[in-house]
Order: sequence, then structure tokens, then C-alpha cells
Amino acid sequence: MPPSERQLLLDDGAIARTLERMAHEILRQTPDPRHILLIGVQRRGVELAARLGRVLADATGAEVPRGALDITLYRDDLEVIGPRPLVGATHVPVALEGWHAWIVDDVLFTGRTVRAALDELADFGRPARIGLAVLVDRGGRELPIQADVVGERVTVGPGERVDVCVRELDGRDAVEVVRGGKAAP
Amino acid sequence: MSGALGKDLLGLEYLSAEQIRLLLDTAEPFKEISERAIKKVPVLRGKTIVNLFFEASTRTRISFEFAEKRLSADTVNVAASGSSVVKGETLVDTARNLEAMRIDMVVIRHGSSGAARFLAERIESSVINAGDGKHEHPTQGLLDLLTIRDHRPIAGTKVCICGDVLHSRVARSNIWGLLKLGAEVAVCGPHSLLPLGIEALGVRVFDRIEDAIAWADVLNVLRLQLERMQAGYIPSQREYYRHFGVTVERLEKAPRDLLILHPGPMNRGVEIDSRVADGPHSVILNQVTNGVAVRMAVLYLLAGGNPERAEAAKGGDDR
Repeated sequence: MPPSERQLLLDDGAIARTLERMAHEILRQTPDPRHILLIGVQRRGVELAARLGRVLADATGAEVPRGALDITLYRDDLEVIGPRPLVGATHVPVALEGWHAWIVDDVLFTGRTVRAALDELADFGRPARIGLAVLVDRGGRELPIQADVVGERVTVGPGERVDVCVRELDGRDAVEVVRGGKAAP
Repeated sequence: MSGALGKDLLGLEYLSAEQIRLLLDTAEPFKEISERAIKKVPVLRGKTIVNLFFEASTRTRISFEFAEKRLSADTVNVAASGSSVVKGETLVDTARNLEAMRIDMVVIRHGSSGAARFLAERIESSVINAGDGKHEHPTQGLLDLLTIRDHRPIAGTKVCICGDVLHSRVARSNIWGLLKLGAEVAVCGPHSLLPLGIEALGVRVFDRIEDAIAWADVLNVLRLQLERMQAGYIPSQREYYRHFGVTVERLEKAPRDLLILHPGPMNRGVEIDSRVADGPHSVILNQVTNGVAVRMAVLYLLAGGNPERAEAAKGGDDR
């Protein structure tokens, strides 16, 4: 395995500005901001949803409810790859009816995670609308799924990977494009 | 991850501490699924599981069935009575016939120690031991561990298993699991109901329930099976209660609050006082709730993948 090569896409300041912009885009796209519900996809989507929630709370003066989804049990490839470890809790704080649920994830790639998240969310109820907000869209979709709010678009080859690091889990904020090396867990 | 447990779950004796921890850690997020309005995830969709129960069981069978259904598996229940077993079919023939109908897993409860292993060695499907004779009842051991861990770290905790240890598969699974995770383990009961040489496993023996209560952080009170009394192991239920019953009066003298476990079904007024069973330190119903989560974790981790096809699916991760 050749050593990996990392290229910085967003540093901590850029991430903060991007999230700020995403929060305002979420506000613009939600008819009634009192109905915004943020659902982070485990794991880094949960941290990003928390930060978007803080920006939204500052902008609207009201707390935004937040939930989390671990989509492992809804993956479409477990039959092939075998059971994966469950990485985090699934938690939906409200009955979904009437809410504008925003699924928040770090990277949008094949769209399969989002497909799983949509299925899982549907098992909790029927929100008025579901939106998708991602920090990075790296292209390469395998399903007809697109994000409503995108922080950064980047074209990344099939042998490359986008790593999102967040302070809470990785000790630093950064988005990097990685060539070669081993996939992150 | 795939193959982290191997093909079967036959007993805690055969698992490493790491595998036991993986099972408990996996059970943790499964608890939440049973709290949802729609208590179902699609992860075992298309898997067929047979619950093969050669002995009476309510709790364990229903718990497995809930776990299977909440993971979207298709399930069939076979009870020994009313099946071809009464016509003289052997265990292995029954299982091979089921396997010919393309099943993925068998959950087996059987009166003979070693029945689960016997089956596992002869069929390709995963076999889960739901209690075999006096040998093991691994999912009960795991749910006891999970329930203790909900309240305190297992390593260093003093757990005393009380009652009929000799005939108890629950006791064996508990002892293996607890010792592997670093707990201190003791047993307490009449000598006629304790296995000879159990100290060799590193288990302490108490003759008096009062001494056990003074020592322990956790009591796991086993059911006193009535048939033991008829076989002459103990003089009478009343005498048993007088000497070994876990009562409020005895617990009040304990230097600390004890956690009280019981695998069920309980004989109130025999091995356990009703006021203890329903008291503030009883976690007996938590055990039942945890049982479903633990069994979901076992089923999930045993549902193997297909490593040959794994390469083709690479890149499915959204990164």
C-alpha cells in the first residue's frame, strides 16, 4: 500500500463559514423555521448537525431539536459484507409528523447512506418534508439522490477519499482529499 | 467483523472476553429498537430462523421470537410435542429436514447437555444454544451480564449465584461470562445442590446465605426446581426458604445495597421473598427487557456475510 497523500480542502475557519452558510440555506428552504428538525447521520453527521443547530438557534432565537441515526441496520450490503459494528445511538426526539426533517451528513458519495437514512426515518413516522444537507458532495452517485443544501462540491476520483475530521471526534476540524492509503474506519 | 463469533453460539465457555464484550456492546443500541413505535429494522430480511424447542419454555422462546421479528427475519416455531419427534425422529434428522427447506439459523432448546454442539457439527446453518441440559444457556448469561453492566462495571464486582447450581445451565453460563470479564464469583446453596470441585474454577463457596449477602454486590437467585425436592436433594421448600431464601430481613443486614437478579420463572416464597422480587433493588424485569436486545445482537452478529462478494461492494460507503 503506497503512503497516503492528503490535500486540504477546508480548514477549520472554512468549515465554520460553510456551516454558517448551510444553516442560512436551511432556513431559506424551510417555510416555518419552528418546524426544523436536524437528524445527524452517525457519526460525523451528528456533530455537524449539532453545529448547524447552534447557528440556527442564534439566528432564530429558538432551540432546534436534534436527532441521530445509525443507518447500519438499513444498509443494502450487509448480506455481502457481513455484520458491521453499530457505531452510535439512533435517537429521534419528536414524533415526526408535521416537522421539516433535515438529514445531515458529512460526505455525499454513492447516495446509499442517504437511501438507508430515508428508510430508517420512515420507520419513525411521516415528516411533512425531508431535506438533505451535506458538508461535501464528492459526486459518484449510484442512486437518484441529490442534496438540497451542499457546503462544498468537489470532484474526486474513484481511488480517492474525502475525510471529514471534526474536533469532537478527531481533535481537529478539517476536510481533506486523500489519495491512496487505507480507508478510514 | 464477519465471523467475529464464528458460525454458532454454543456457550460462553467458548468465547473470549473480547467476543463477549462485542456482544454486550452490540446489544446496547438494539435496546432502543424495542422502544420505537415501529419495533422493526430490516437487517435480517430474507433470513429464515427455526426455533426448535424440545423443552418447555415461555420466556426464552418468546424473547427469541421477538428478537427475530424485530430484525425482520422469518421464523418458524417447532415444539417437540406435536412434531415428528414424537414419532421417533432423531434430532439430526429433524434438523436436516429443516435445512433441506433452506433455513439460515436454528435456535435450539434441548434437555440433553451438548445437544446444541451435536447439531452444530452436523448442519451448515448457524446454531444458537437456547439451553442444553445442565450445560449452558449463553443468551441468559449474556443478558445477566448486560443487566449487571447497566448498573456497575463488571470487572471487580462480586456476584453470588444462589441455589441449585448443580443442575443449572444458567449458573454455568454466568460463571464463565463473569469470570472472563473479571468479576469475582461465588455460589451459595445446600451442598447437595453445588457441584463438587467448583472452587477449581476460581469460584468461592458460601454455605450460609447470610455470608453470601455480606460479601456480594449482586445476587443471581436461581429457581429451585420442584423436581429436585422429589429427588431428595432438599428436605422441603419451607426448609429451603428458611435457610436459603433471599428475604428483606436478610438483605437489610447487608453492608451495601445488592442488585437482585433472577432468571425466572420465580418461585415466590421459596428461593426469593416477594418483597425482594418486587423491591427497589430487583432488576428482574430489566433482565427480560435486556434479553430481547442481547438475542438481537447474537442473531445480528451470527448472520454472516459473503466475503467473496465483499470486494464488489467496496465503495458503498459514503465517504
